[in-house]
Amino acid sequence: MEIKKITIIGGYGRTGEQEQVSEVSFKMGDVVSIVGPTGSGKTALVHDIELFANVNTPSRRRLLINDSALPDEFGNEPSENPVALITQHTNFLSDLPVYRFLELHAKIRKTNIGSLVVEETLEFANQLTGEPVIRESAMTELSGGQTRALLVADAVIIGSSPIILLDEIENAGINRTKAIELLKHYEKIFVFVTHDPRIALLSDFRIVMKNGAMQKLIVTSEEEKQVAEEIKKLDDLLLDFRARIRVGECITKEELHKKLLSLGYLG
Amino acid sequence: MKVVICAGPPASGKTTVLKQVIRSLLAKKRHLAYLKIDVQFADEDELFAKEFAIPVKKVYSADLCPDHCNVVVLGDAIKWAELENADVLLIETAGLCLRCSPYISGSFGMVVLEATSGMSLPRKIGPMLFLADVAVVTKIDLVSQAEREVFRANINETTKIPVIETDALHGINTELIARRIENTQHISPPLLLKGNPPVGVCTICVGKKEIGKEAHFGVLRTLESDLFYRGE
Repeated sequence: MEIKKITIIGGYGRTGEQEQVSEVSFKMGDVVSIVGPTGSGKTALVHDIELFANVNTPSRRRLLINDSALPDEFGNEPSENPVALITQHTNFLSDLPVYRFLELHAKIRKTNIGSLVVEETLEFANQLTGEPVIRESAMTELSGGQTRALLVADAVIIGSSPIILLDEIENAGINRTKAIELLKHYEKIFVFVTHDPRIALLSDFRIVMKNGAMQKLIVTSEEEKQVAEEIKKLDDLLLDFRARIRVGECITKEELHKKLLSLGYLG
Repeated sequence: MKVVICAGPPASGKTTVLKQVIRSLLAKKRHLAYLKIDVQFADEDELFAKEFAIPVKKVYSADLCPDHCNVVVLGDAIKWAELENADVLLIETAGLCLRCSPYISGSFGMVVLEATSGMSLPRKIGPMLFLADVAVVTKIDLVSQAEREVFRANINETTKIPVIETDALHGINTELIARRIENTQHISPPLLLKGNPPVGVCTICVGKKEIGKEAHFGVLRTLESDLFYRGE
C-alpha cells in the first residue's frame, strides 16, 4: 500500500477529557515534532502511531491511512509494516552478533538490496557514532549511542519504512545534526519526540502535549524559522566546545569571545 | 462452554494478560469462571474474585507434576464451571514444564511469552508453544521494534500460529485476544489432550529421593539399556 497521508483522530487525555486537537494529519514528506514536559504523553502518542491505534490503547485514539480505517491486526506482517520506531531504549537484549541480527531482520523485512545490506546499514550507523559499531560484536556489547545509531540505520536501510518515529534522538549520544542531515535525503514522514529547540523548529509543525492529550498544533512561522537559524549557530558553537572538551582540550574566554563576535553577537 | 487454557513461563505476564481479557469478556456480558493451577503458591484467584466478582478456584499441585495435576483435575473443573453457569472457563497453568502442554482439544490454547526473554526462547519451549492456538507476546514496550520483529519471526519459524503483541499492563492489543476467544467453538466430549506428552507420575515425582533403579518402579532403565517396566 502506498502511503500518502496518515491521520490521528484524537481520543482522551489522562484525566478522561477529550483531546483539544481532535484530528491531525501528516502528509508524505512532513517533518513533525511532538513536544511537551516529561510525562505529558509524547511517547504514548508515538506508540499509538506505531501500533496503528484503533481505539484499543489507553488514549482511545484512532489512525487512518489515506483517509481510510485500517483492517484488524494491521501491521502484523513486518515486511508490510510502514512504520519504524526508534524508542528511547538503548539496550539490546539479543546476544547475536550485529551482522547476524541485521541479516535476520533484513530477511524478515524482505529488504531487497542484496548481500550488501549489512555493510550499508553499518556504514550509515557509523556516520552517527563516535566509536564505530563492529560487525562481529554482540548486540548486547554496544553502547547506548551505538545501539541508537544502529537502530536509526536499521529503520532507514533495512526497514525502508515510509514513516519514521524517533523518540528523543537528542539523548542518544549520537551525532544528531548528522543524523538529521542524512535523514533529509529520504522522502518520508518523520516524527520527532523532542525537547530540542533546534529539532522542534526544523519541523513543519509541532504537536504540544499536556496531561496525556494533544493540546495544540503549532505551524512553524516565518519568524520562528529565522530564529531557528540563530539557534542553529549557537547550537553548533556548543557542539564545537563539546567536541573539544571530549578530546581533552581546554577552552579560553578569548576563544568564546571570538566565536561570538564572528557570529555577530558582540558589538 | 468455552475453555481457555493459558500457559507460559513463570513471570511472563499470564495473569496481567488474563486480567485484560477478563475485563473485555465481562464488558461483553459473558459469565466467567477462573481456575489457577500452581505448584506451591498463588494468589491470583483471590485477586480476580475481589476485582471481578467471578467464581474462582485454585489447585496446588504440590508433590504432583503440575501438568499431570492439570490433566486429572480438569474434568472436575469443567463440571464445576458448568454448575457456575460459566460461558467461558479460564485456566491459568503454572507454566513450568517444557516437555508437556496443557491444551485440550476444542480449547483455546494460548501461550504467553515476554518480548524480553531472549531471541531463542521460541525454540526452547516445545509443545507449550507449538500446540498453542495463539502466541501472546507481552512487554513489547521494553524492546526495540527491530528485536520485536525478530522475536515474532522466531515464533513463526517454530509454528505458524497467530502472534499478538501486547503491552498488557496498558491494555494494548489485549482486545484482540478476547475477540479470538469469542470466535472459539464450545468444547464437546471426548476431551483429550492435544499433544502426546509424557504426563505421568513417577516415583521421583512423588518424592522418593533414593538414587538408583533398585529404589524405584514403573518405567526404568539402566545406564546402557532401553526403557523397561517394573511393577504391576
